[in-house]
Amino acid sequence: MEITPAHYTVLSAALFTIGVIGVLVRRNIIIIFMAIELMLNAVNINLVAHAQQVENLVGQVFVVFVIAVAAAEAAVGLGIILAFYRNKETVNIDEMNVMRW
Amino acid sequence: MAETIVFYTLSVLILGLAILVVTAKNAVHSVVALVMTFLCVAALYVVLEAEFLAVIQILVYAGGIVVLYLFVVMLVNLGRSPEEHQDPRRLSVFGLGLAGAMLLEVAGIVVYSYNRSASTVTAPAAASPVQGNTQELGWLLYTDYLIPFELASVLLLVAMVGAIVLAKRDL
Repeated sequence: MEITPAHYTVLSAALFTIGVIGVLVRRNIIIIFMAIELMLNAVNINLVAHAQQVENLVGQVFVVFVIAVAAAEAAVGLGIILAFYRNKETVNIDEMNVMRW
Repeated sequence: MAETIVFYTLSVLILGLAILVVTAKNAVHSVVALVMTFLCVAALYVVLEAEFLAVIQILVYAGGIVVLYLFVVMLVNLGRSPEEHQDPRRLSVFGLGLAGAMLLEVAGIVVYSYNRSASTVTAPAAASPVQGNTQELGWLLYTDYLIPFELASVLLLVAMVGAIVLAKRDL
């Protein structure tokens, strides 16, 4: 059976869903960040697969930008986690409620 | 045929390792599963003839971002996970329900898109004067997408400064 872009889309959707489950179910903020990275990877798989289908490299250009944004997000997010852990000694998002009204 | 076997093998690996990332009790195990997931995705990029992105995936994700995660996990090691002192399945039904709805939505979009005629596929871009994946990507990045490319570099600079300001004890 030939592999079509639909196969890649299904794989991407499944990977994205696993990321969504991780964000919603886990309480450790570091694991939640990793689940966000999984979701970004799912989007990248989709972009690359469809870029190959339409024989157009624009999709791959966008993957480069997604990776740049993911790197920036990881750096700033983990900096926030470190700063927060230094003050509150916790990585549990249920205890991170100082800004909750 | 070979592509089929490679695709299914990589798919099973990616999904299995991604489930391990989400479910692992120990955060270090999650990071190790995450790096394996990124390597499998890089292999998938090679199958899709995106060799440059495969290299970038390994360099940036598996090499850079994962090390950052491992560093923070080690620094913030609690010895006990936040899930241990409360019911870990408190929100799992809700989370699974929302994720299922998400999957249904995506599946609906996929079915809808593929039922439409393929006539909406865009025309190929103007022929680039260079050959090879990396060269063509570089040509696009430095011509049509020059401004977004420069903005991405500014974004990375801002993120670098922000991360240093956030993580430094007293500036």
